[in-house]
Amino acid sequence: MIWNAFLLAIREIRRNLMRAFLTTLGIVIGVAAVVTMVTLGNGATRSIQEQVSSLGSNLLIMRPNRSFGAGTGGSSPPDFKLVDAEAIEREIPGVRAVAPSALRGGSAVYLQQNWTTQATGITNDYFTVANWEIADGRIFSDTEQAGARAVCIIGDTLRTKLFAGHDPLGQKMRFRSLTCEVVGTLKPKGQGGFGNDQDDVILMPLKTLLRRVWGASSSQEIPTIYISAKDGYDTDEVTQDITALMRQRRNLQGAQGDNFQIIDTKQIAQTLSSTTQILTALLGAVAAVSLLVGGIGIMNIMLVSVTERTREIGTRLAIGALEREVLWQFLVEAVVLSSLGGVIGIALSLIASITLSNVMNLPYQFDPFINLLAFGFSAGIGVLFGFMPAKRAARLDPIEALRHE
Amino acid sequence: MSLLEFRDITKTYGMGTAAVQALRGVSLGIDKGEFVAVMGPSGSGKSTAMNILGCLDTPSTGAYVFEGAHVETLTRDQRALLRRHYLGFVFQGFNLLNRTSAQENVELPLLYRGVSPAERRRMALEALASVGLAGWEHHTPGELSGGQQQRVAIARAIATNPSVLLADEPTGNLDSARSVEIMQLLTQLNQERGITVLMVTHEPDMAQYANRIIRFVDGLVADDTRKEAAL
Ligand SMILES: Nc1ncnc2c1ncn2[C@@H]1O[C@H](COP(=O)(O)OP(=O)(O)OP(=O)(O)O)[C@@H](O)[C@H]1O
Ligand SMILES: [Mg+2]
Repeated sequence: MIWNAFLLAIREIRRNLMRAFLTTLGIVIGVAAVVTMVTLGNGATRSIQEQVSSLGSNLLIMRPNRSFGAGTGGSSPPDFKLVDAEAIEREIPGVRAVAPSALRGGSAVYLQQNWTTQATGITNDYFTVANWEIADGRIFSDTEQAGARAVCIIGDTLRTKLFAGHDPLGQKMRFRSLTCEVVGTLKPKGQGGFGNDQDDVILMPLKTLLRRVWGASSSQEIPTIYISAKDGYDTDEVTQDITALMRQRRNLQGAQGDNFQIIDTKQIAQTLSSTTQILTALLGAVAAVSLLVGGIGIMNIMLVSVTERTREIGTRLAIGALEREVLWQFLVEAVVLSSLGGVIGIALSLIASITLSNVMNLPYQFDPFINLLAFGFSAGIGVLFGFMPAKRAARLDPIEALRHE
Repeated sequence: MSLLEFRDITKTYGMGTAAVQALRGVSLGIDKGEFVAVMGPSGSGKSTAMNILGCLDTPSTGAYVFEGAHVETLTRDQRALLRRHYLGFVFQGFNLLNRTSAQENVELPLLYRGVSPAERRRMALEALASVGLAGWEHHTPGELSGGQQQRVAIARAIATNPSVLLADEPTGNLDSARSVEIMQLLTQLNQERGITVLMVTHEPDMAQYANRIIRFVDGLVADDTRKEAAL
């Protein structure tokens, strides 16, 4: 009986293709909108997660808390010392690597090329902590670290902007007043989570940056310490342990607030991706409303169609069609129409989301769940909004229906 | 025993002061193989009686016995099944499905009977051939003349081999030449295939093709005349 109803529905739809198309347009647009929105939203979430994880795994960033200056009597809180980093590495369980670092902006010069950038002074643990890999050359040797030698490793942006075409290895370049030798290049990471270029970096030994770029006065001051937690350790616990240790080392009494802060990149990732997920859900919901409107469109057309085909229904009933057969016919017709709309909508969303992902520079991934859900939803809308017109058709009195003009 | 039997049938439309009594106690029996013409002035209850005979409607009081079954006690679906298996209908307005080929129109009742596609096609083509429309199976109603459309409707009604064919003013929309063709066709179906034919008509010329004329006046049978067997 259902198969028969299906054949009848197909026949009826074929008989009036244009109207069928217009009827389903609402569903087509609704499904396409929902699937595209959700696919793009998922892409955005994934892109953020990828970018944050490219910062480093289980990465904690410790900085003096400038906004908490008031607690220490007006003067801004002090930077960290190298020994702080050593103490953390020695005393806190669950710490895999500790990388003290300092930053200095300035321009880099090679031959006639000039590029404004930043240099980061690091220890070799930084490579582990911040997920940097060497593309060419090598990392710093212990003697270079200890002796504050004038050597540097450059990011991919500098390689292309400053050394355009030349092999930078072994070349001498200048950063501010320091002339240093390039001993390595970094593998590119791409754009960061905030649209920044992560590859626009120069790395040099921490001591080199502190003594020879910043100047002797700040030789012990370290503004940032990167800490990487071991796998299997809870970063919250590690953060608590470090906080306790640092409070002690910075002589903070019970009531005094922390004058430093520890940022957990995992939390940033979670916050950012939950924000995009909420946005995705919102956009999806807005799009779902258009699906509902599409359903009302189907009901409208089905009601018109029942009125228009009253004589046909009368004929079918007179010939011996059962009430439920007429009900099924119209219900199946509504469901076939709306599912057809769903299929076309999904096809459209495929094109739209691949194109838009490309334009917006987001990773594209086919999400079978949302596609199935949208399809199921469109079929469900056919049932929901097709039922009333179908019921009306089935309940018609054959004699009156036959007389209908 | 008659094939169809009305026992003191009444039919009242509406309620209270607005009530119209379309049939006021009709008793009649129709035997297998008869060709009955129902006549009478407008509003005399012809269509009402046909609708009850065709199991499309139920009487207000009285009993309608169809091959031993009391139709007035049947449910809507049971009456639909009765129509599906034993009755064929021809309407004044043809009532063919638009934009649907003659063959598909004729296949419609077979579809509800659950006949297989190949068998459906064979039976539909056979029915179309028997009404003289071989070769017209792919034409849609819009491409056929009124007489041809009514012949498609007759083919649809007889494709299932019904025992009774009911026709309410089948020639009402046709000119006299076309009407004669339809009457000849009905006569042929009645004589060659033994189908019982019940037909409402206003035209005495058309009624002459029947072998029994029942005249309704004011909701009652005023006259019931059988012609002597085969002229
Ligand atoms: N559905 C209905 N509701 C109310 N009254 C009805 C209904 N159908 C028929 N009637 C009334 O019942 C009476 C008989 O109607 P019926 O249609 O049987 O007449 P008829 O003999 O077929 O007439 P005609 O030759 O004009 O077709 C008429 O008075 C008509 O107005
Ligand atoms: Mg009438």
